[in-house]
Amino acid sequence: MQMVIKSVIGWVDARFPLTKLWNDHLARYYAPKNFNFWYYFGSLALFVLANQIITGIWLTMNYTPTAEGAFDSIEYIMREVPWGWLLRYLHSTGASFFFIVVYLHMFRGMLYGSYKKPRELVWLLGMFIFLCLMAEAFLGYLLPWGNMSFWGAQVITSLFGAIPFIGDSLVEWIRGDYNVTGVTLNRFFSLHVIAVPLAFIGLVAFHILALHEVGSNNPDGVEIKKQTNADGIPLDGIPFHPYYTVKDLMGLAAFLFIFCSVVFFAPEMWGHFLEYPNFEPADPLKTPSHIAPVWYMTPYYAILRAIPNKLMGVIMMGASIGVWFLLPWLDRSPVKSIRYRGIYYKTALTLFVICFITLGYLGSHPPTPVLLLMARIGTLVYFSFFLLMPIYTTFDKDKPVPDRLSRA
Amino acid sequence: MNADGTDTGRRRFLTATASVIGGIGAACVAFPFLASWAPSIKTRALGAPVEIDISKIEPGQKITVAWRGQPVFIVYRTPEELAGLNTLTSQLRDPLSKESEQPNYAGNVHRSIKPDFLVLVGICTHLGCVPLYKPVIGSVEAGWEGGFFCPCHGSKYDMAGRVYKGVPAPLNLPVPPYKFVSDTLLVIGDDSPAGVA
Repeated sequence: MQMVIKSVIGWVDARFPLTKLWNDHLARYYAPKNFNFWYYFGSLALFVLANQIITGIWLTMNYTPTAEGAFDSIEYIMREVPWGWLLRYLHSTGASFFFIVVYLHMFRGMLYGSYKKPRELVWLLGMFIFLCLMAEAFLGYLLPWGNMSFWGAQVITSLFGAIPFIGDSLVEWIRGDYNVTGVTLNRFFSLHVIAVPLAFIGLVAFHILALHEVGSNNPDGVEIKKQTNADGIPLDGIPFHPYYTVKDLMGLAAFLFIFCSVVFFAPEMWGHFLEYPNFEPADPLKTPSHIAPVWYMTPYYAILRAIPNKLMGVIMMGASIGVWFLLPWLDRSPVKSIRYRGIYYKTALTLFVICFITLGYLGSHPPTPVLLLMARIGTLVYFSFFLLMPIYTTFDKDKPVPDRLSRA
Repeated sequence: MNADGTDTGRRRFLTATASVIGGIGAACVAFPFLASWAPSIKTRALGAPVEIDISKIEPGQKITVAWRGQPVFIVYRTPEELAGLNTLTSQLRDPLSKESEQPNYAGNVHRSIKPDFLVLVGICTHLGCVPLYKPVIGSVEAGWEGGFFCPCHGSKYDMAGRVYKGVPAPLNLPVPPYKFVSDTLLVIGDDSPAGVA
């Protein structure tokens, strides 16, 4: 039996790099031996992506992408399609968990300087994936054709109207109509199920290829490739498979406990994952009394509202996402990991996390004068974290970094 | 335990049990995805039995009704056509409908509850085309006794939907479940006794 398997694999290997791919990316991909809790979120993001694609394929089987049929087809999926409620809740909960996992994944990068040389492209590709994720979330949010779907798309497409000269015709071009209508729904559906997922999967492949080319960073921020044995294998490296495949499966099990608890017991998350106005069909004549994006977009929405000028608000909101791309070049510290950083960066990162969460809270609440002032301070802190980074990382009192991994 | 202190037996046991539990989990996850392809509540409602008034059908006439999206033929056969059924036995592949699909009450030579009314699913058992109704003697070929002719690949059936030898179709045309509610009202898709369904 083993002879047969061996000869089949040999036959394939002579024609396709099967064993080579397996070795290069799993069995002989040497990852630092000190990965901790924060290193679960890459593989978890991959898992959630698979969940979104598979449940999305199933939802598409019963969804109707027309203004007349969309809302009813969601109700049809929820009530009449066998297991349709489960497929939909897996997809809608998956959307929120995708952002949770990806935000934690990005935070890991900031903790340990994973964006720094030679991993700038890993970071940039990751940022493009993040853009795809936001596009997917926004496009997909219109599809149920609930009243929040409609007004969310209305507000976001209106943003493009702020662009001088071409704004109005650009909005019309994006919507394909004088308002958000079934025409818009149709194209958003096409982009949501075909175009963006294709780009998404391609970018994920590039992200992983780029990572495996340079090798993984780690909580010490030490390049393990600098210390190798006679065979060129890093002294502090262990094969990804079986060590990290098993570790990640353990993390997946823990993740699934939380994920399934939400899917089965709180899929609406008290209006945070599925907003209540969306249980009414889209009504172009009636805006919901309180309109806010889903939680994962609220920090940027708070920045948009904090600026008292339409065009500047749109620019600042775009910049709040665009500035992430510059992170590898804004950070001037020679040290990667937070473990060896000085007090300036530690303080700055702490303030940034507080400010990001605060902005997220503010973006989901109606703006009162006090909250608006907080949002303006938050916006200032948000941009200061990035734009002052070249200064405070240059003058930070970093600690000496060891040659080998320090523990574990 | 081997030389470098690894308890391989324990490791094998843990791998096997984890794989089995994981496999059961994967199967449980796969179930709703596969089960989701079954007809939905709406589809099943649309596939409900249909009632047909047969009082307007003339002898020799065929009507086609849709049941579960499929064509169902209802033919009012003449006494001559019924008499002709007994003469064809040697030319048919399954003259007594031993292999074919029909409710027990249609397992007779004329394949129906009442001899004069024939009810068939009008889908060729070869590759699913809808056969043409050709009751006129000699209308398909010389010696044609009347019946159904499939235009796709030339399968031939007699006036009871029984397939001829030497054609691609393997079986007689299926008979759907049906019953007479009264002399003029036919129900297709339901053959339970009155009061049950």
